[in-house]
Amino acid sequence: MVKLSRRGFLIGGAAVVGTVATGMAIGVGFLSTIDTDGLSGSVLPDGSLGLTAWITIRPDGHITFAIPRTEMGQGIHTALPMLLAEELEVSLDYDNVSVEFPTDPLPVYANFTLALGKRPEDAHGVGAWVGRKIFGMVPYIATGGSSSTVDAYETYRKAGAAARNMLMQAAAKRWQMPMSALYAELGEIVNRETGERLGYGALAADAATMTPEKNLALKDPKDFRLIGTSTPRLDIPDKVRGAAMFGIDTVLPDMLFAAVVQAPVFGGHVKNLDSSKAEGMPHVHKVVNMGNAVGVIADSYYHARKGMDALMIEFADGGNGDLDSAGISKRLKAALDGKPNHIHENVGDVDALLAKGDTLEAEYETPYLAHACMEPMNCTALYKDGKAELWMSAQSPLAMTWAAKEVFKDLSGGTVCHTTLAGGGFGRRIEKDAAVFACKLAAAMPGTPIKAVWPREEDIRHDMYRPAARARIRATLGADGLPTAFDYNIAVQSTLEGFSSRNMPMTQGGPKDPSNVEGASHLPYAIPARRVSNATVELPVPVGFWRSVGHSNNGFIVESFIDEMAFKAGMGPFEYRRKLLAGNKRLSAMMDKLAEISGWGTPAPEGVVRGVSFRPSFRSHVAQVAEIRLDSEKNLKVERVYCVVDCGQVVNPDTVTAQMESGIIFALSALMYGEITLEDGAVQQSNFPDYDMVRMANTPDVVVHIMENHEEPGGVGEPGTPPLFAAVTNAIFTATGERIRTLPLMNQGYSFA
Amino acid sequence: MPDILINGKSIPAGDDPDMPLLWLIRDILKMTGTKFGCGIGACGACTVMVDGVATRSCITPVGLVEGKVTTIEGLSAADQTSAVQAAWIAEQVPQCGYCQSGMIMAATALLRENPEPTDEDIDAAITNICRCGTYPRIRKAIHRAAELTRDMTRGGVANG
Ligand code: FES
Ligand code: FES
Repeated sequence: MVKLSRRGFLIGGAAVVGTVATGMAIGVGFLSTIDTDGLSGSVLPDGSLGLTAWITIRPDGHITFAIPRTEMGQGIHTALPMLLAEELEVSLDYDNVSVEFPTDPLPVYANFTLALGKRPEDAHGVGAWVGRKIFGMVPYIATGGSSSTVDAYETYRKAGAAARNMLMQAAAKRWQMPMSALYAELGEIVNRETGERLGYGALAADAATMTPEKNLALKDPKDFRLIGTSTPRLDIPDKVRGAAMFGIDTVLPDMLFAAVVQAPVFGGHVKNLDSSKAEGMPHVHKVVNMGNAVGVIADSYYHARKGMDALMIEFADGGNGDLDSAGISKRLKAALDGKPNHIHENVGDVDALLAKGDTLEAEYETPYLAHACMEPMNCTALYKDGKAELWMSAQSPLAMTWAAKEVFKDLSGGTVCHTTLAGGGFGRRIEKDAAVFACKLAAAMPGTPIKAVWPREEDIRHDMYRPAARARIRATLGADGLPTAFDYNIAVQSTLEGFSSRNMPMTQGGPKDPSNVEGASHLPYAIPARRVSNATVELPVPVGFWRSVGHSNNGFIVESFIDEMAFKAGMGPFEYRRKLLAGNKRLSAMMDKLAEISGWGTPAPEGVVRGVSFRPSFRSHVAQVAEIRLDSEKNLKVERVYCVVDCGQVVNPDTVTAQMESGIIFALSALMYGEITLEDGAVQQSNFPDYDMVRMANTPDVVVHIMENHEEPGGVGEPGTPPLFAAVTNAIFTATGERIRTLPLMNQGYSFA
Repeated sequence: MPDILINGKSIPAGDDPDMPLLWLIRDILKMTGTKFGCGIGACGACTVMVDGVATRSCITPVGLVEGKVTTIEGLSAADQTSAVQAAWIAEQVPQCGYCQSGMIMAATALLRENPEPTDEDIDAAITNICRCGTYPRIRKAIHRAAELTRDMTRGGVANG
């Protein structure tokens, strides 16, 4: 398959050279691309025509969409093409379009929403301009933070409109007709007067020389043809045939396979290595000591694993051999007992209000969690003549090129990351650790592609975990039972600090990392006095982004505590939330819808108990009701989850529904089983039996309702996860009076019925 | 070692009878539709059929394989998707898709044994892990595939 290459990208008709695949700026040519909007035409090396940076049309009419966001299950390789196709006026069928992740890191491919925390169209002013320049220059190509659709919503529709306009100009010229006599329809430009039609393929070459008109009007939402419809996913036909290629499926000529074993204790390293036996084994090519890990290169992963088993390795523990879960729990407690090191929100006189009235207080504790993507961590690397090439299911090809820089001194030939489909990401695949190992192995055998695959045991033991946390909450209730003061403090490691220290040029985060408290700060609930703070701790356990990040901890804790307050006030949990949201029309409508579809307020079926929870995150709002059955032996069945989501303008409703189902089941696994514990400095869990998952038999029915409106789009990959935790534990409280303040449930004697 | 019959082709089984079938398929034959998830028989990502029975290839030594092996690539004859695959598309099941080859093989084996499975039958037979949580759609797709197969059989175009 010919890979998209846009090295010959045209700007105002002149080819700009000097872009290098490493993404670093060289020469004026590259810098001049930063201000462009990616809307020019180009001729690509394979003869197809680029109409904007996102759309390529072959002379036979086949369209390829260049989508610089990683498809990891969230449906983005359908949703973003829908935005382009809406304005381009083409249908979106598996047979007439394809989707590729472009390998050229063009500035316009940067994810500005993720980088700046703002939609590109909202990024006004000098600061935003500079930010766009910087992140465009890097360029910051990454998939995460449920930001892809938010970032693309306007940019991609504009690109589709620009390409259509170029095609119409080409047709106008050919027919010698004014543009007003033409319209675009399903891949053709139609001549209104003669009824003649010209296909996009036939027009593309001429269109690529046109400059799109400025300020093209975008469609009114009521005229949307694709956006808002459940368009079948473009990636599914390959996925049901086993033809979809994930990073781990990379096959290259003369490729060898490697398995990796890392120092079990965080911060540890290889002290002694005797690889003689392994190296003497048939099919084993090489054993590579990478300092903190050892890789075995062989003719297959099986042979590499066999070689690994024959290694004699002594690891040093880097001074962390004493670390264990009990000790970490003590550290979190001690941090809570000390002073907060940052106050994120401080409104009203919290202390004065806490001193009087009806107060309540609770502490919650949550465990570390692993991502356990279905596709174990892996990366294929080839180093040849100063050029590093990577094949990887990466959430950020940019970070992977940095990994190559860390390893190879001579990169005069450049670095390319081929981003494949990802077998799950959930935040794990934005880390560059697997790429570093693959590069080190490739460095040991220049000219030979090496596919490094982590055994599942390594994948679980060397994750960047959702941080464990402990929070203390205090509140005062007024005469009406509603809270007058809310004081929240959480002891936790900063994920942003962990992530940035490992992956970015600069370390950020720490006590001021907003994700420490996201889900507790700036609550939509009307509480007059609020203080939200954290006491961050530094621990050797690597922490990173795990689906919904801080919301997974804080959402569970806050939504449980809201129920505690409701109970104390003698009010129903649903009614209580409604009162707290009364001033907010949009959220009230969502809660009303949830009550309606879940039948809240009407008697539940015999033996069924309900719990409710609500959590805005990533620009969307999700509320859920869980229906559970529980027997006296704590056998739990989550029978059904009702889920209402308001994510603004919906692009693909069926994808939104799927992401809600997914987020709910992901959270249910964590709720029941999820915990990573440490002993003697090492993670105790290693594979699915001891880091277990919900399966078919434990899966609830999920009923999803999407609120319809044309508000700004929000994310959907993560927001389904946070509410589920408390929806279930609140139901458990209603059923038994037992308030769950420590997770996972299996440690509290619960199991699935 | 005798050859192994994979998707109708006779394949040399190599020099190591202990090698799990998964790695013969993936790394030696370079057929990447069958996936590696856990390597210990716990997740089902590597499921293939041996004489129609769902088998976790990561814990099945090639030396012990007796019978015809079918992988996901062998399920659809010449671009004709099987009823199970068609149902999977109709229900828009896959998300990341990584577990789906194994799921489809497990579902195909179930339907061969039991053409009209109940929800309880599905719970008992489908023990594979999907981290994306596509289980509700898998359940629907299995029922739909059962229906499709029934209709096709009634119409005289058996294809299972
Ligand atoms: S890889 Fe075989 S069961 Fe998991
Ligand atoms: S679809 Fe991603 S693991 Fe099942």
